[in-house]
Order: sequence, then structure tokens, then C-alpha cells
Amino acid sequence: MGWMFDFLNSSIGKKIQMAITGVLLCLFLIIHLIGNLFLFAGPHAFNTYVETLSAVRPIVRSIELILTLIFLGHIFNGIRLIIANRQATSVKYAVNKARENSTIVSRTMGITGSVIFIFLAVHLSTIWYTFQLEHGGGKFFDIVMSNNIGFGNLIVTIFYMIAMFLLGFHLRHGFQSAFQTFGWNHTKYKSIIEVVAVFFWLILPVGFLMIPLYFGLLGGGN
Amino acid sequence: MKVTVKIWRQKDSRSKGSFQTYPVDNISEEMSFFEMLDMLNESLVKQGEKPVAFDHDCREGICGTCGMFINGRAHGPISGITTCQLHMRRFNDGDTIVVEPWRAKAFPVIQDLVVDRTSFDRIMLSGGYISINSGGAPDANAIPISKISADIAMDGASCIGCGACVATCKNSSAMLFVSAKVSQFAVLPQGQVERKERVQNMVTSMDEEGFGNCTNTYACEAECPKEISVAHIARMNREFLKANLSG
Repeated sequence: MGWMFDFLNSSIGKKIQMAITGVLLCLFLIIHLIGNLFLFAGPHAFNTYVETLSAVRPIVRSIELILTLIFLGHIFNGIRLIIANRQATSVKYAVNKARENSTIVSRTMGITGSVIFIFLAVHLSTIWYTFQLEHGGGKFFDIVMSNNIGFGNLIVTIFYMIAMFLLGFHLRHGFQSAFQTFGWNHTKYKSIIEVVAVFFWLILPVGFLMIPLYFGLLGGGN
Repeated sequence: MKVTVKIWRQKDSRSKGSFQTYPVDNISEEMSFFEMLDMLNESLVKQGEKPVAFDHDCREGICGTCGMFINGRAHGPISGITTCQLHMRRFNDGDTIVVEPWRAKAFPVIQDLVVDRTSFDRIMLSGGYISINSGGAPDANAIPISKISADIAMDGASCIGCGACVATCKNSSAMLFVSAKVSQFAVLPQGQVERKERVQNMVTSMDEEGFGNCTNTYACEAECPKEISVAHIARMNREFLKANLSG
């Protein structure tokens, strides 16, 4: 098992952990967005969807546990990388024209990731937690639209929109970066990965962003 | 032309350095950047001051000795060249040019613009070699090698070890350098004997030297004077994964 520990702690091992957990989280986002789209079908459809999930709670709980481990792995490794990379760099350059050799999205993964983490903490402690307290009753749609923790609150709406915008930023670099880490940088596959990446960094975050935009700002659902 | 150079001066590795500003006059546009520095040094010597120390050797872009951060870019504002290939015509009359040494924990400053890059040598010692039969010289074409493999190996071998990849990387990662060296041997039949140990030893050595972790910003590829592709980094990731997971 010693080799496994060495492998996971090596610079490339840490990158691979980041990439695997990142791609798995991307897959989770697809499932989450499909669920969220029931909001557009009205209160009845959304409430029925959440109640169906509540009916298979043991399965949902096991998935949530796995998801938590993936999230923690991604966050823990990210923090570890940031600290190690700070230690590897000595004095900062007085003049550094980084924008001439790299994209802003690739240089700000720690910042966008941190904002998404804050979003995650807020989202779990408000919407997710309140959902857990409800047992049937069909109030789930109303919770999402409520004036304190939901899209009835303008601050919540704007915060959700900023977070989803930055999620797009994070995935703009993160998704294709994962495949570079797996070693799939080849002229044959590069264009395929770039096309698939558009789904993850553009379509998916826009899909999530539509919800606070429609229900919070444009007054949809009333 | 006349320029003002703002140069990092540092007495030795233990001293704390600072920027010094010097005006340099009567520069011709045909001069190389180093000839301008030579002029500055001559005037400093005449004034009884210590000349600016900087690394240089071949002055034709093939040795990898020179390297400095000029106006925020490794090897200056022009892509695909080393500092010695940079000419003063790339600057404007009256410009202020900021010159800094490579900045990375694994490249400590020795003096002024000179940094210690022996960490690269130690990475090479850990695996940048092949085993060959001793004895008479073998027939040059005895081992068939495809054109594609030969080209990839040549691209990797074109690395001159200047350290611009590390210097420009926000994480001070040496992945482009190490991957170019791993690649050049991995794609050739001569490199197969040590293939697995090589990538493992060189990555371990890289980590031990205190280089950072790659986050795929690809700044290294953009600043490499030999324009080495990050596809080599992907190959090294593959090689490392295969070497670790296979028995």
C-alpha cells in the first residue's frame, strides 16, 4: 500500500485526484440540473419529484455520502495544492504580464473554487437543510421561492447567479484540464474534448443560472 | 536610443536584493539586449561600481544559459526566443525596462540576475539517461524508428533547460522541462529499458527539489523559447500513471 500513498502524494498524483473528483462532480451537476429543471414545470411537478426522492431516502443518503467524500477530496486536495504552490514560489515578480501567456480562468481556480465553496455551504445550510426537515406536504417549491432563503430574496438570487457564473469560469479551465491530467492531450481527441467541455462550462452553468434569473429577477412562477 | 533599466541587484544568496535604476545612452537598434547590458557594465566598471552579474554563454539561442524576466515576460516580450536573441529594436526610445532574475524556490538567486539551476541537473541525474551496449559503434540505422516518434523525441530533446517554464509558471512547476526529457526517451526504443523507473524517479526528484504542482495554465508552453508543447506534460502524466499502476 506504500506505493499507493506515494503515488497519491506525488505532484502528478495530486493532479489526478483533482481531475477524477472534478469530473465526478461535473457528472453530479448534470443530475442536479435535471432535477432543478422540474421547477420550470410548476410547483406540482417539482414537489412530486422531491417527494419521489424522499421515498428512496436510503439510496439518496448513500449517494450523498459518496458525494460528500468526493467534494471533500476535491476541496482538501485543492487547498493542499494552493499551500504547496505558495511554498514553491519565492519572491513575486515586480512586473508580471501573466495575461500574455495564460488565461485568467486558469490562474484563478483557487478564487473561483473558494466562492463556489461558500455557495455550497450556504446552499446546504439553507435549501438542502430545510428540505430535510420537510416530510411530504408539498412545500418544497415554496421553500425554493421563499422570501428568506429562496429566490424571493434579492440578495440570495444575486449570490446564486454570481456563484453559477463563477462555476462556469471554474469549469472553463477545470474540465479540459482534467483530460490533460489524464494524459488525453492528443490531436485526435482534443477537438472532441473541447466540444464536450462547452456543455460543462457553458450550457450547464447557464442552465443553473436560469433558475435564479427566471424566478428571482424576472418574477417567473407567480 | 536611450533607455532606463531597472535591474534587480543582489550581492549574494544570503543578502536581500533591491532594484537599482540605471540610464543607458547611445544604444543602436541593432544591438542585442546583452550588448546593451555589456555597455551598462562597462560604464559601471568605469565608475568603480560592481557590474551586473548575468548568465550567458553561446549568445545564439542554443545553450539555455541565459534567462531573465524582462518587463514581466520570461526572455522578454518576444515569443520563441532566448534572452540573447532579443534585440534593442524591440524596445522604444525612452522605455523603462524592468529586469528580474527567475523567481522560484528551487532556483535560488546567487547574485543579481544569476540563479542556481542545479536542481535541473539533479532531476536529469535521477533518470535522464539510457542504457546502451558498450563496444564498437553500432550501425546508425540498425534500429527502425518511425518518423512520428523521431519528431516527438526531437521536439522533447530541443529543450535547452533554460528554466523559463519554471520562471513563468505561477506555481513554479518544472513539468514542461521534466516532461520533455521523459518524452524524448519514452517514445524511442533506446529509452525502453528504464522507461518505468525513469518517469517515477524524475517526478520524485522534481517534487523533492521543491518545484510546485502544475495546474495546466499552459504559460510554460507560451514562454518556452523552443516552443515545446504541453502535450509532453500529458504524455508524462500517462507514463507516470502507467508506471505506477502496472506491476
